[in-house]
Amino acid sequence: MTISTRRRLLMTLPVAGAGLAGFGCWKMLTAMQDGSFDPHAIRRDKGSAIVPDFALPGLSGAGDGFDAAALSQNARPVLVNFFASWCIPCVAEMAALRGIARQIPLWGIAYKDKPEDARRFITRDGSPYTRVALDQTGMTAIDWGVSGVPESFLILPGGRIAWHGASALDETLFRREILPLANAAP
Amino acid sequence: MKKLAVSACLALGLGVLALPALALDDPSEMLPNPAQEKRAEAIGAQLRCLVCQNESIEDSSASLARDLRHVVRQHVAAGESNQQIMAWMTQRYGEFIRLKPGFTASTLLLWAMPVLALALGGILAALMLRRPRSTEPLDEREEKRLAELLREQDISR
Repeated sequence: MTISTRRRLLMTLPVAGAGLAGFGCWKMLTAMQDGSFDPHAIRRDKGSAIVPDFALPGLSGAGDGFDAAALSQNARPVLVNFFASWCIPCVAEMAALRGIARQIPLWGIAYKDKPEDARRFITRDGSPYTRVALDQTGMTAIDWGVSGVPESFLILPGGRIAWHGASALDETLFRREILPLANAAP
Repeated sequence: MKKLAVSACLALGLGVLALPALALDDPSEMLPNPAQEKRAEAIGAQLRCLVCQNESIEDSSASLARDLRHVVRQHVAAGESNQQIMAWMTQRYGEFIRLKPGFTASTLLLWAMPVLALALGGILAALMLRRPRSTEPLDEREEKRLAELLREQDISR
């Protein structure tokens, strides 16, 4: 190898390195934009997790609450949605939730909300939830691994958590990720 | 220049002073036992606030961080070990909640990166420095070409 080719080779190394790093960043950013990569979703394997033990009260006039046992005894998969009346993405999610609730039973848990606000929020345009509970302290949500609202979980019969999403649901996401898992459930 | 040095010292001093400020909003959050409180703070400093993402739950004043601080203190007061509390957190929030992730197959590259970068830099530097210092003497053909070039230069002057 002559000196000049070696010099040229050494020159290209940092340029190639920078190019590679740039390509990696670009890949990551585009994947974040189309939703296929979520840095927030680096989580344990939800497939083997079981619903944590809890018992939550209901909202007067909107639902009488539920507990871990009631959730696990379902014969069909159930989608559990943590929401709050003070959360803007939850307001935006509501229309999609009404469509999803026609395809799968949807149970709601109001997170750190005033009972009256939560009740008004879900009954304003028709509640999408089959059952509603209130987690006023937010401690049940922490036990579920919720870091903010809205978050949703697919619960299979027996209380197994098959899916956990930390973003607002929409029809596309529901069809792509949740419905196949729900249909595959025994 | 002196003024600059003084203000730099002042800024540095203020920075050092500001370091231990934790976000405990309310002294009633603290555990009555100082040893337990110190342990809870050390655990909290290792846990990521999932709302702010680059702050520990001890540093953050987000409502979720406050709740997580409360949970940590509950577990400490119940007499659980640091490992048990970390396991409780990662079981719910995944490795992501640990500001200092564990050494596993998936974090191998992350932990090895400083060593890898240093090694790569060392190899590069070695390659650069190994370049021969003295050049070979010119052969007969090159001598002749050089003499020609020098002559051309003389004529043009």
